[in-house]
Amino acid sequence: MDLSAINPVVLTASLMVAATPILLAALGELVVEKSGVLNLGVEGMMITGAICGFATAVETGSPTLGFLAAMAGGAALSMVFGVLTQFLMSNQVATGLALTLFGLGLSALLGQGYVGVKPPATDRLDLGPLADIPVLGRILFSHDLVVYVSLALVAGIWAVLRFTRAGLILRAVGENHDAAHALGYKVVRIRLMAIAFGGAMAGLGGAYLSLVRVPQWTEGMTAGAGWIALAIVVFASWRAGRVLLGAYLFGGVVVLQLNLQAAGVAVPVELLSASPYLVTILVLVVMSADRGRAALNAPACLGRVFHASS
Amino acid sequence: MNRRTLLATAAFAIGLAGAASAQDSTKVGFVFVGPIGDGGWTYEHNQGRLAVEEHFGDAVETVYQESVPEGADAERVLTQMALSGADLIFTTSFGYMDPTLNVAAKFPNVKFEHATGYKRADNVGTYSARFYEGRAVQGHIAGKLTESNIIGYIASYPIPEVIRGINAAYIHAKKVNPDVQFKVIWAYTWFDPAKEADAATALIEQGADVILQHTDSTAPQAAAEKAGNVYTFGQASDMGEYAPMPRVSSIIDNWAPYYIDRVQAVIDSTWESDDTWDGIGAGMVKIGEITDAVPADVKAEALALKEAIANGDYHPFTGPLNKQDGTVWLAEGETADDGTLLGMDFYVEGLTGEIPQ
Repeated sequence: MDLSAINPVVLTASLMVAATPILLAALGELVVEKSGVLNLGVEGMMITGAICGFATAVETGSPTLGFLAAMAGGAALSMVFGVLTQFLMSNQVATGLALTLFGLGLSALLGQGYVGVKPPATDRLDLGPLADIPVLGRILFSHDLVVYVSLALVAGIWAVLRFTRAGLILRAVGENHDAAHALGYKVVRIRLMAIAFGGAMAGLGGAYLSLVRVPQWTEGMTAGAGWIALAIVVFASWRAGRVLLGAYLFGGVVVLQLNLQAAGVAVPVELLSASPYLVTILVLVVMSADRGRAALNAPACLGRVFHASS
Repeated sequence: MNRRTLLATAAFAIGLAGAASAQDSTKVGFVFVGPIGDGGWTYEHNQGRLAVEEHFGDAVETVYQESVPEGADAERVLTQMALSGADLIFTTSFGYMDPTLNVAAKFPNVKFEHATGYKRADNVGTYSARFYEGRAVQGHIAGKLTESNIIGYIASYPIPEVIRGINAAYIHAKKVNPDVQFKVIWAYTWFDPAKEADAATALIEQGADVILQHTDSTAPQAAAEKAGNVYTFGQASDMGEYAPMPRVSSIIDNWAPYYIDRVQAVIDSTWESDDTWDGIGAGMVKIGEITDAVPADVKAEALALKEAIANGDYHPFTGPLNKQDGTVWLAEGETADDGTLLGMDFYVEGLTGEIPQ
């Protein structure tokens, strides 16, 4: 065993990359759930974003356009969910699950011609001398734009939810849609906007996977990342800062287990491979043991159907 | 011609046409573990399938199913293929071994060919390539190229074929570079680009400047390209889109001649269950072009090694070789027999870490 081979600085830098897709998707889902909607289709929207972004980047040669297309693709798919649940009053859990299945199938279809294709490279953001600062330079200033966008979004979403009128309205809709409706807020419209935002974020997360982290397209390449994102929202008890913590924790365990194997640590491989999921379950159990607080934090109208007549 | 003879003639013509088409067209099925566009293992099997189609033209019809999970799903797919009239089915991954035998027992008239397995039946033959011969050449180049003396190895499952590859590469890397060290990550998958990319990144971060892979996607190549000064080798297929750097050479599986040969045997009704295990000499394993990123003298040595293996002058497992625990495996000049190689479940001396059980 030679743990000295694991460089904590490099490890931190790569866990940030590994965690970015789930961080983006979880942030989107946080906003959706704050508006009182439970969208279990994150996985489907992520993988649809992954192929939309990949295909666009390959066709146009621009990763930036790819990321934008991924957001559009994810948002478009989420609108299927939006129309079904907000206008047709379908069950949110069932519709979300169906959206995941639909997204997986649709992405496989769209991706037929893109298997084995090499996407254009996404450049690291050149921050000049900042990247040369020891330790901090490698961890903070050597990433691509999307990593910084994801971090900015954490702060942005936290600030909007906490300090702005728009955030207050969104939370009001999520806490008590009847009261919000009585006050004259357009509950359905606000929720649709939240769902579209969640879809765009999931799509962006998917594209980060197919354009930066792998970078390649394969069927089913999200491999459950969307479900992890959903778990992280609960783990974070609907707070943006804790979403960041949860995502980086998960990314950290994933990267650490590979590094431990490479360093020759004599821990059973199966256990190491399962460890990210075990840690997630463990944390969820610990969180929910404190029933009162976790329950208090959940938006009161989460998953409930709203109709103006009721 | 009265109406009756007309009908009889028509019936006879239809019957003849039916018989002719049934006799003419041999249906060959292929079951793949990944997508045909993986750029690696499955891609090459599919090239073999296409070669069969081209060689036989209308006489042979091929069908295939990609991304079939190893296990119960494989059995379902195989049954479906056999029911739809396939005469010969190639199952192209180790994990299809038991499903192939189970389905073969139900369809005694259908012939099966299972790649890389060791269980046979009257209508199940096995075939594999001596990939370890290619690994020896890779190990030689890797040992010469590495500057950090750390070589990363992305392994798939702890089965003999994979362990053989690690041993062959290590022995020949060590021979040219006594300080060389192997770091092995078991990915427990044949094909999962995200995981393969993460594994490659972890190895590179721990100082590996050469990455060998026994998984099928090109994701490790992409990770190496992103990292810069890291060398890789194409696995199963040439992966030439990553040449000349990071991919400096490759092991190419060339299944086409074997597939054509076996399909011909089925057409001639001479097919018999057997075990084929060919290497560089027979052309089943090819070494992809060694690029200019490799110094000329190393390239010449590698080609000489390949030549010696091809014409049988040299066996990649030639003693003196000890097992990991230090016990003697092969004495001076002794070469490993196929039985030991097929069941290889131990590391050779010098490799660190344990093979997961």
